[in-house]
Amino acid sequence: MSDGDGEFIDVRELTKTFTVRRKTGLLRRTATQVHAVDGISFALRRGEMVGFIGPNGAGKSTTIKMLTGILTPTDGSLRVAGVDPWQERTRLVRRIGVVFGQRTTLWWDLPLRDSYGLVRRMYRIPRARFEENLARCVELLELGDLLDVPVRQLSLGQRMRGDITAALLHDPDVLYLDEPTIGLDVVSKARVRRFLVALNAELGTTVLLTTHDLSDIEHLCKRVVVIDHGRLVYDGLLSGLHEVGRGERTLVVDLERELPPIEGIPGARTVRTEGPRQWLAFPASASAAPLVSQLAADYPLVDLSLREPAIEDVIARMYAG
Amino acid sequence: MADGTPRPRAVLGDAVWGVRAYGFIVAMWVRSTMAYRASFAMMLAANFATTFLDFAAIMIMFSQVDALGGFTLPEVAFLYGTSCVAFGLSDLLLGTAERVGRRVRDGTMDVLLTRPVPVLSQLAADRFALRRLGRIIQGSLVLGWAVLRLDLDWTPGRVALLFSMVLSGAAIFGCVFVLGGAFQFWAQDASEVQNAFTYGGTTLLQYPPTVFGKELVRGVTFVVPLAFVNWLPALRLLGRDDPLGLPGGLDFASPAVALLCCAVTGLVWRAGLRAYRSTGS
Repeated sequence: MSDGDGEFIDVRELTKTFTVRRKTGLLRRTATQVHAVDGISFALRRGEMVGFIGPNGAGKSTTIKMLTGILTPTDGSLRVAGVDPWQERTRLVRRIGVVFGQRTTLWWDLPLRDSYGLVRRMYRIPRARFEENLARCVELLELGDLLDVPVRQLSLGQRMRGDITAALLHDPDVLYLDEPTIGLDVVSKARVRRFLVALNAELGTTVLLTTHDLSDIEHLCKRVVVIDHGRLVYDGLLSGLHEVGRGERTLVVDLERELPPIEGIPGARTVRTEGPRQWLAFPASASAAPLVSQLAADYPLVDLSLREPAIEDVIARMYAG
Repeated sequence: MADGTPRPRAVLGDAVWGVRAYGFIVAMWVRSTMAYRASFAMMLAANFATTFLDFAAIMIMFSQVDALGGFTLPEVAFLYGTSCVAFGLSDLLLGTAERVGRRVRDGTMDVLLTRPVPVLSQLAADRFALRRLGRIIQGSLVLGWAVLRLDLDWTPGRVALLFSMVLSGAAIFGCVFVLGGAFQFWAQDASEVQNAFTYGGTTLLQYPPTVFGKELVRGVTFVVPLAFVNWLPALRLLGRDDPLGLPGGLDFASPAVALLCCAVTGLVWRAGLRAYRSTGS
């Protein structure tokens, strides 16, 4: 079948409408139509790693569920690796891997090793291939000591690494990651990101990830697809998103003492002060380095930290602009 | 290839694969349970003891009266044993199929749908609890005792009827479990309603039908075909008349009713899953 060079994931005018029934009286219920996904079109080439972002309730999860064959679309067409997900769910799922950040796909009471054994049999993975894939994941995700621990005893970061391994044992062509770094500490986050970059580079796995953490996207994806209220609002380079949304980063500055709002730093403006602490906003596309050096030269600095723009803010600005 | 209409051979292939997958998931759970043998033995004993209390209640009743609705203690024990074994089998094999509502609520139904194994196999095999053998062992002991005491003439035909009645009964109870699960795709709090049928059903069947009102018995016979599990064939084996005066041939209808139930259940399950996949919750 032909899924070589063309669009590997092809979404056209995808629509999902839910009928929500609400009690409006003792026995009366009114039905309202909710357009969770409202005519979205986009396409991924084989081997692309794309960020799929949007505020809560934008329709991200619904779209992912349609791409994985869990939900049937109301309208539009959908192809993943040449397969129609909702008509051929069981054929599709052999070619995709899914990681839900919020809940594990592993068996809560079983040790990781047993969970992987079940995955091997479910996907009918040849044993040699299985051992090879498992060994690679165990090494890169540092799971060696955890294989005999029941999943319920794993920390969030350990469990996430376990989940990613489970999703990759059958050599999927596509990996969907729904909030893969949610709740992870900095070290776990970095480990997961490094692994995903290597996976995409070495095996050419197509990756679509949703996240709330813009820094995930910055580390992993050049391209982002943004949806809001079920509609596609942006599809292009991440750098372009900042321009369109005029995204701003914030430098939180702790001074030695309370001072009037900082002035005279080109490209930055003070948005808030609170005692000796001040908040400076500057364009997300600009570098923080010259700003910091000028601040250090002009003001008595104690400490500073950098905050990335929240996706919600960027998208809100896209709308306002 | 992508026409979406399942061919008969494909359906059969899916069913075989579903049963195989069920088997290896169950095997994994059994192995993991057996890692803690002492704890398993205690759970099994506790399961045995609690189910035996049911029968103890009947025995206490018989310490006061000689017959219940015209049935003697061995006859009641026979009813109790067959129903208990049938229910125990279905509970052991399919008892977790009713956890649909919880799975939908906590989102793990989606996880099941991302695996290349029929959802029902995964659901029914999940946390397979071998300790439920307790009820089956207990029921078998009571049944064995009843068979020894009843002094019936065990012709090959009667033995076959006994086995078919227990197995058909297990299938019918299993259908009720799966149907209960399927209904939760539409109404997620249906598991209580369904418990009334399964657990309530098995308690009902442990008593002879004549102690209940005629209307209730008729309802049970036709609304939920649970009576086929036990009463009709058991009355035949015990040489009794059935209180509704149904044609005698129905006594042997258990396997047919069980097959019909399985077919209907399969269709309802598929419809439920389809409904879930179009609404998502």
